[in-house]
Amino acid sequence: MTETLLKVEHLQTEFRTEGGVVKAVDDVTFEIKQGETFALVGESGCGKSVTALSIMRLIPNPPGEITGGSIEFDGENLLDLSDSDMRDLRGSKIGMIFQEPMSSLNPVLTIESQLAEPLKIHMNLSSKAANDRAQELIDMVGIPDSKTRLRQYPHELSGGQRQRIMIAMAMSCTPRLLIADEATTALDVTIQAQILDLMQDVTEQSGASLLIITHNLGIVARYADRVAVMYAGKLREVSDAPSMYANPLHPYTVGLLRSVPRLDSDKGTPLAPIAGEIPDLTNLPDGCAFNPRCKWAVDRCSNESPELSEISPTTQVACFEHSSVTLHA
Amino acid sequence: MSTATTAPADSTTILDARGLKVYFPVKRGLIIQRTVGVVKAVDGVDLQIKRGDTLGLVGESGSGKTTLGRAILRLSEASGGSITYEGEDILTLRGAQMRNLKQKIGMVFQDPYGSLNPRMTAGNIVAEPMQIHKIFDNRSDIRDRVMELFDTVGLNRSMATRYPHEFSGGQRQRIGIARALASGPSLLICDEPVSALDVSIQAQIISLFDRLKEEQNLTYLFIAHDLSVVRHVSDRVAVMYLGKIVEQGDADAIYRDPQHPYTKALLSAVPIPDPVVESKRERVVLKGDMPSPLNPPKGCVFSTRCPVAEERCFNETPQPRPYSDGRQIACHKVDG
Amino acid sequence: MTSISDPQTEWELAPPMSVRLRGMLRSTAKASKRDMVLAVSIIILLLGFFLALFGPTLARTDYERTDPINRMQGPSLDHWFGTDNWGRDVFDRTIVGTRLSFLVGFSVTIISTVIGVTVALIISYFRILDAIMMRFVDGFLAFPTILLALALISLIGPSIGNVIIALSITATASKIRLVRGAVLSLRESTYVEAARAVGVPVPRILLFHVLPNIVSIIIVQATFTLASAILAEASLSFLGAGVPEYVPSWGNIIATGQGYIQVGFHISFFPGLFLTVTVLAVVLIGDSIRDHLDPKLRGRLKTTAQ
Repeated sequence: MTETLLKVEHLQTEFRTEGGVVKAVDDVTFEIKQGETFALVGESGCGKSVTALSIMRLIPNPPGEITGGSIEFDGENLLDLSDSDMRDLRGSKIGMIFQEPMSSLNPVLTIESQLAEPLKIHMNLSSKAANDRAQELIDMVGIPDSKTRLRQYPHELSGGQRQRIMIAMAMSCTPRLLIADEATTALDVTIQAQILDLMQDVTEQSGASLLIITHNLGIVARYADRVAVMYAGKLREVSDAPSMYANPLHPYTVGLLRSVPRLDSDKGTPLAPIAGEIPDLTNLPDGCAFNPRCKWAVDRCSNESPELSEISPTTQVACFEHSSVTLHA
Repeated sequence: MSTATTAPADSTTILDARGLKVYFPVKRGLIIQRTVGVVKAVDGVDLQIKRGDTLGLVGESGSGKTTLGRAILRLSEASGGSITYEGEDILTLRGAQMRNLKQKIGMVFQDPYGSLNPRMTAGNIVAEPMQIHKIFDNRSDIRDRVMELFDTVGLNRSMATRYPHEFSGGQRQRIGIARALASGPSLLICDEPVSALDVSIQAQIISLFDRLKEEQNLTYLFIAHDLSVVRHVSDRVAVMYLGKIVEQGDADAIYRDPQHPYTKALLSAVPIPDPVVESKRERVVLKGDMPSPLNPPKGCVFSTRCPVAEERCFNETPQPRPYSDGRQIACHKVDG
Repeated sequence: MTSISDPQTEWELAPPMSVRLRGMLRSTAKASKRDMVLAVSIIILLLGFFLALFGPTLARTDYERTDPINRMQGPSLDHWFGTDNWGRDVFDRTIVGTRLSFLVGFSVTIISTVIGVTVALIISYFRILDAIMMRFVDGFLAFPTILLALALISLIGPSIGNVIIALSITATASKIRLVRGAVLSLRESTYVEAARAVGVPVPRILLFHVLPNIVSIIIVQATFTLASAILAEASLSFLGAGVPEYVPSWGNIIATGQGYIQVGFHISFFPGLFLTVTVLAVVLIGDSIRDHLDPKLRGRLKTTAQ
């Protein structure tokens, strides 16, 4: 029985916009166990990145604000921490990697000084010790020629190498949780595979948990132990990966799975796209937000919003009609 | 460039590129410019597209696939080789002849946000090609055709008066497709047409491409980095790396049994949305990055990352050679 | 995504110019009804044009005649804006000066904008022409505006027409530079590329795809030119390269008042106020035109109004 590392309960994050208050994250509950790889999937605007930023307490306020719920990490509620305690925790116990590494790296500092900085702050290492550790980290993330690389500036590295540096930085204080927010979306497939493999390796070695935030169902299938599917601010289905792919219970999950072309399918296998557009968060449909695009929708769906409820010990789904939902219609 | 190895073009070939080169000089200096290097974006490419086929052109960023697509419409000027379209040499066309060609070849762009003029209504954007090519004599015919095109691509007719920013990404891409179809082309060059879209919207647009091909007898050059999407749409596939096509041939054959080491690695890098299949796959993970196109490796362009490279590969550039099933493969290690 | 266009109105291919103009006027009228600031700005500008046309007939005194006994008087019922160092009525001179200031300001703005934008659009598509032209422009911009205008006028002789020519030349140079930069970056945009892919000829690309998207830059720059041309005319006149001192223009009166700013603040103040208000009105109108030409902002204006 593995222990729970992160427990998010009824998380609510809102943004005030011109069009009114937007519930970017609406009553989100999930937990990540120690050492597991958890994936949060969804399309743009579904709230997956806001969820990650909420965990890091990096929601820009204003316009955003965490308005409810709790985020329990390693036994303490992150929402109760002071700003300075939270700052200490970021980078030391929780590391995060973003989509665009260039914007997270300082262009005028060498890689070495950027890697050594958090070590000096969080781990009270001396300059010498921090620099040695920086080189160890660079070797760990598989960048060849580490001595030269340390003296270079971010623009001298390729996109893949920059993302490796980000991983080295995020892992430098051996965090318990690594969050990768669309960290490989901007990279080419061969590089994407390298980086994801690396993330999996480093977290496995240190026993950390990995939270992958992505829109790519292939990545989820390859790396994740458990998955949560998000749509319009709410979790629609939480399950372990193999059973979600084999037996999806939410119509949106089914729609996603039938929307992606597969490398191993025959040419001309027709796709079954989800009809309609992704809804605007300022103007969500009544009831279940997915009901206008849903093949299984019944009258009730346009009036009532289904809660995430447990189907089996490992699976939760938010759908009234989940018993009739099947992958192969 | 030797073209002896390529199959002769027959009457069904709609587009035929031979030894195509697109080089970009790299210039330094503000007032007096000196050429300090050359980026060989496309370096001696042979490519044939048959009428009614979809050719998927895949490669990573910097492989030259987009430049190749642009060269066909002369948006980038070729530095060497030839491109013939329906028997006509594209690279020697001038003025009105070139415009005439652009009527027969449509193009769909990647960026649904940037490819539509923000100051034009959707209707005007779709109408423009018809005005340019003077396809109709009067306004009401253009109007009717625009409305038809809106129906064809699945947009509401009443949306024609709206401006691009009022549409979602998927809808904008539909406008872009309607524009590309407006002049009645037979070949559509699609440059990463779905890569900026969300998964569920992507499927809608791919299905639209499927339907259009059937209804309008189109030929596609489908440029993309997403191999799963290319798998879905393509009859034939060409794999590009650093300005060269390393493997080209029947899509089924290449996906089932890739031969070039790069194709193998590329395919194995793409995750399949099925954990059961994934856990059983054998994977080749490439080391390192693609070298800079400013300074490509000697010999085979892939030699620096190739898991099976031998001495010869670092010195001698492999030419595309026919493989047993008719594929063209440029690798010393693959025998016919 | 808010729906903005009325779904009832059917799309029409490029409606004729008259229809579009009428539409623009109607939407301006509508906008000014909603927007008090715009309405006031329009009224101020119309008033300015009225003064420019009828200023001399409205003057109550002979605005050129000196009256040394009544010099340097503050504002009073007789002299609303007071009198200047020669005893001339500042109100009358300001009113009459409107014509010259408007003439110089608007002529220079219109001439430099039209020529500058046209040249910039053309040269941005011809590399060699661009290289040659830009060296000329750089040369012009290397000198201070006034110095260059002075030099030109000393060649062609002082007169109001020549002031306009001289100021237009320098203003055009800076317009070319600014617009060319914007055009060059737009030329790389995907929608211009898409237009090229469709076979749109260069002139049409420039007019339909490039020009509408740089309108806001042009408008902002034009309002700036207007204000600086009115002031530059004053400087030139002050230096003897424009109109003689006794001929009133706002700039001329301000320049005269400059020497007496401590004892006769009113001399510069009132024409200065006229100038400020005019420029402000033009800026606000320019702003509003820009917003109305931008479909994105236009949408927002409408939705906030609903």
